[in-house]
Amino acid sequence: MTGDLKNKTLENERLEIQMLLEAIHQKYGYNFKDYASAHTKRRLHHRLNISNMSNYAQMMHRIIYDEDFFNSLLLDLSINITEMFRDPMVYKKIRRELIPRLKTYSFIKVWHAGCSAGQEVYSISILLEEEGMKHRSQIYATDFNELILDKAKKGIYPLEVMKTYTGNYQQSGGKNDFSDYYTADYDNVILRQSLKEKVLFSSHNLVTDGVFGEMNLIFCRNVLIYFNRQLQNRVLKLFYDSLCPGGYLCLGSKESLKFTDMEDKFEPIADREKIYRKKRLP
Amino acid sequence: MKETPIKKKYEAIVIGASAGGLAALTAILPNLSKFLALPVIVVQHLSPDSDDFLATHFNRICSLCVKEAEDKEPIMDNTIYFAPANYHLMVEQDKTIALSTAERVQYSRPAIDVLFETAADAYADRLIGIILTGSNSDGTKGIQRIRELKGLVIAQSPESAQVNIMPLSAINQAGVDKILDLKEIAPYINQITEKET
Ligand SMILES: C[S@@+](CC[C@H](N)C(=O)[O-])C[C@H]1O[C@@H](n2cnc3c(N)ncnc32)[C@H](O)[C@@H]1O
Repeated sequence: MTGDLKNKTLENERLEIQMLLEAIHQKYGYNFKDYASAHTKRRLHHRLNISNMSNYAQMMHRIIYDEDFFNSLLLDLSINITEMFRDPMVYKKIRRELIPRLKTYSFIKVWHAGCSAGQEVYSISILLEEEGMKHRSQIYATDFNELILDKAKKGIYPLEVMKTYTGNYQQSGGKNDFSDYYTADYDNVILRQSLKEKVLFSSHNLVTDGVFGEMNLIFCRNVLIYFNRQLQNRVLKLFYDSLCPGGYLCLGSKESLKFTDMEDKFEPIADREKIYRKKRLP
Repeated sequence: MKETPIKKKYEAIVIGASAGGLAALTAILPNLSKFLALPVIVVQHLSPDSDDFLATHFNRICSLCVKEAEDKEPIMDNTIYFAPANYHLMVEQDKTIALSTAERVQYSRPAIDVLFETAADAYADRLIGIILTGSNSDGTKGIQRIRELKGLVIAQSPESAQVNIMPLSAINQAGVDKILDLKEIAPYINQITEKET
């Protein structure tokens, strides 16, 4: 009887979702087939409910014929929630332990993979500036969602979130007054132009696109949890190949190399902060 | 009156608790049999910046192994998992854990609905869902899904709950299979999951 029930309700649903993801892939080139399936299913279900459709067949038709609808679905699937100095202790650790070692290089390259609306990028930009390293660094910030990248380039955020960002900044060991970094404009704040100087934003899909060479530090935070294990392994290999020997990889606070193929290719630098270092080959 | 409990081979237990949950969980988790041959997954509403004190605390006082759930972790028998603060906990079809920072559900992250709905899809009629004390209606939708897929649902009796809104919502809106006083829950679970010898 378990079998019957599962067959009827769940198997059909699984099949419908699979077809829908196939349609998205063929029509728009985004491949969500290796995302964590519980996640994909919940997001699709949510969109189904709020758009008053009764089944995935209807939704598939809408996806194919209505690009705006697809774009909102893309936002659902990609989860853009982020903050400046999110998990302040991570930034503190970077400031205290990574920066002194990174200072020994004449030039460093940093990659933010899955940068969302840019908050994480500008946080590092601030940190590098305060540590006197900005002039000898280059930051690459990528995401597969062009709409969110446009926001990132602008660096304009709602005034109401500044309280959280300011608190995070202070806890992270920030050296200045956080308000030095932006100007307020009605309900929004605009980040200082100088924070963008060393940043290059570009579109990059972790599922399909290739290596970014010779990075000293890669941030990929709160992105891998949305992938299944296979895809995680592939993307971690991509990071491994993009890092220079001894380069650092910084994951989200509930992500780790545990349960992945890459565990022995990196050494943990900070357990709680999920910072790893690419092993130098013997 | 003595009734024979429904014996079936259950594969997992999910528990949801909010306000008053610490005391309720303390009455249940340490009293679960150490031979309980299935996983227990718990969502207790928490403030977003809490650390893993729940898992640490309960690991000290339970005979089963208690830990904070990690992303992609295979779900093991004889283990109690807590959802980390500020993350939703989902169960995948292949019985592994998936965490998510998606927006709050019923004002909560972790949300009981998210755990219950995904666990129902993974375990169908082999799932036991338990809803405890709390001051909102998180869990009710998840219970609807568990019942749709013929799992077993237990609510803490509103009289024995520190805050009765959550079990009441479940009982009235979704319906449950059993209503038990707090101290009856662990013995009942031990009984219906006991291996036949
Ligand atoms: C939750 S946000 C994380 C933002 C930031 N790193 C942080 O931790 O605060 C996840 C981001 O990953 C991006 N993303 C998801 N899948 C991706 C893919 N295949 N390639 C590139 N970016 C992706 C989403 O568009 C989204 O902006």
